[in-house]
Amino acid sequence: MTDALALYRSLVLIRRFEETILAEYRRGAFSGTTHTYLGQEANAVGVISNLEPDDIVVSNHRCHGHFLAYGGDPRALFGELMGRVTGVCGGRGGSQHLHWRNFYSNGILGSTLPLAVGIALAEKMQGRQTITAVFAGDGALGEGSVYEAFNFASLWQAPLLIVIENNHIAQTTPTNQAMSGSLAGRLAAFGIPAYELDTSDVTEISSAAQPLIASIRREQRPQALILNTARFGPHSKSDDTRPAELVDELRRTRDPLALYSRHIQPELKNEVDVEVDALVRAAFEQALADPPAGGAN
Amino acid sequence: MTAVLDALTNGLQRALSDDPHVVLLGEDILDPYGGAFKVTRGLSSAFPERVLATPVSEAGMTGLAAGMALRGLRPVVEIMFGDFSTLAVDSLVNTAAKLRWMYNEQVSVPLVLRTPMGGRRGYGPTHSQSLEKIFLGIPGLKVVAASHFGDPGELLYRAILQQDDPVLFVEHKLLYGLQVVDAAAAADFAVERVGSAEIFPAYRLAMRGAPAPTLTLAAYGYMTELARQALVKLAYEHEIFAELIVLTQLAPLDAAPVLESVIRTGHLLTVEEGTLSAGWGAEILARCAETLGGQLKAARRVAAVETPIPAAAGLERSSLPDVDDILHAAETIGAQLHA
Repeated sequence: MTDALALYRSLVLIRRFEETILAEYRRGAFSGTTHTYLGQEANAVGVISNLEPDDIVVSNHRCHGHFLAYGGDPRALFGELMGRVTGVCGGRGGSQHLHWRNFYSNGILGSTLPLAVGIALAEKMQGRQTITAVFAGDGALGEGSVYEAFNFASLWQAPLLIVIENNHIAQTTPTNQAMSGSLAGRLAAFGIPAYELDTSDVTEISSAAQPLIASIRREQRPQALILNTARFGPHSKSDDTRPAELVDELRRTRDPLALYSRHIQPELKNEVDVEVDALVRAAFEQALADPPAGGAN
Repeated sequence: MTAVLDALTNGLQRALSDDPHVVLLGEDILDPYGGAFKVTRGLSSAFPERVLATPVSEAGMTGLAAGMALRGLRPVVEIMFGDFSTLAVDSLVNTAAKLRWMYNEQVSVPLVLRTPMGGRRGYGPTHSQSLEKIFLGIPGLKVVAASHFGDPGELLYRAILQQDDPVLFVEHKLLYGLQVVDAAAAADFAVERVGSAEIFPAYRLAMRGAPAPTLTLAAYGYMTELARQALVKLAYEHEIFAELIVLTQLAPLDAAPVLESVIRTGHLLTVEEGTLSAGWGAEILARCAETLGGQLKAARRVAAVETPIPAAAGLERSSLPDVDDILHAAETIGAQLHA
């Protein structure tokens, strides 16, 4: 598979996975809560496709896209959300709490920033050449621990890529009702260079991430990538308070799959679509048949 | 003779020296200052790469330490005053203590958070509290309290190098100046290890040559010293013979050494410096009540008055438990004992 096709496949995989989650919640295959990555797929794919195998990813409550872009197994992720013994964490963590290889997520907003700085510094102190990429949303920027982490990262020169996914809405609160000043200004205050994009095109994101990651690895200091993005789905399962027309507009103009499809021959795109559809369906069915953690529900 | 302060510094020094993965983080811990209570004095000179002075950011440094622990280091965080541990609660409870279990045993988080608790120095409401009770019963978090009995430096060394889960290591401020009481220094007392805990042991303290005890005192931290003084007065002035059980691991709680003692004495008095409600003593009493039934004939708790801790010396004295409070509570039990 060409690199271009691999990127597309990764986008489609996340999209189909998340669509399956929302549809099957309604049918009762899952319990508990979830936060889907619909519309933001290009962020995870554009950044994580540029990481080396030993690099580290620290993620948040909206972690499915990051996990799948990192190479995580869809069946194990379905299993985790269904509470199966085959789940990523044996059903203990659920949707927001994943760990596999060098991937870590946690559902406490802001808590992951200091964690990621500590991870990056531990790697550096032990002479490893890894970088750590931490994903946080605009909502997390209300937490004080984020700024303690920015300060530590800059002061102690952590090899850290801070990816801020600004989807302009924190659960139901528009960012402009929750954030004073500017996002780039907050990073600048700590001497952390930030590169800002407003796109859903994975090639643009990847082209920005690639040199950033290289320079973090080379210079061993933190840098930030601010990605203005669009959330197509609800915060969780059915709590979208935005007007339907606004969401429709976002879906029309900001769809990472539609934007990237232009780079691919239609017949190849179709092959990938068919392959991924089947893969996601099979992963779902396998997880459904896997034994429940803690016995039958 | 070794002061507890020097024993703890020595424990840190040995851990740094024995394992290159140990790092210390905290506010003002570098030489020549060496930390607000001087526990880290000399260490930044000996290990400059691994003793890191932080900004005033308890939440951040504890979160950082959790990340370091996840990736192979053994960080030790000093929180300058125990009162400030509330700022680190989220990092400790929702990250450090949870990750191993939540990630299905795929990781470990060997992190020690050391902090001085306790009053009697006139530092007032926000620099004097004994807040360890709010950390008891947090899954994944071990709470250890040093005392001057046994080997506090070794206790700290083990917390750093022999534990793969987070440990809150509580040091009472008034312990720093006390001399370590090992078997040789115990003089009129017999000090012996009891129970099955190997790493953070429990001790029994009894007066040599005294009749069989009819009262169990249970304490940890600095209150073990006040309980020891009370033990002498109870024997000489009240003819109540008691033994003292000292616990060093507060959570998860292994109450067996206390239970074993109460089976013999029938009476229990718990002594702690934190406030009374939902405290350490309440948990010990609950364990005894559940396990011993009628074998527990009477019990009381000695603890702090439930107000913030006042700054004025006289007010502070009346708010924190002292030897007289222990004697009074023991006499109350004694009245039932002799009735």
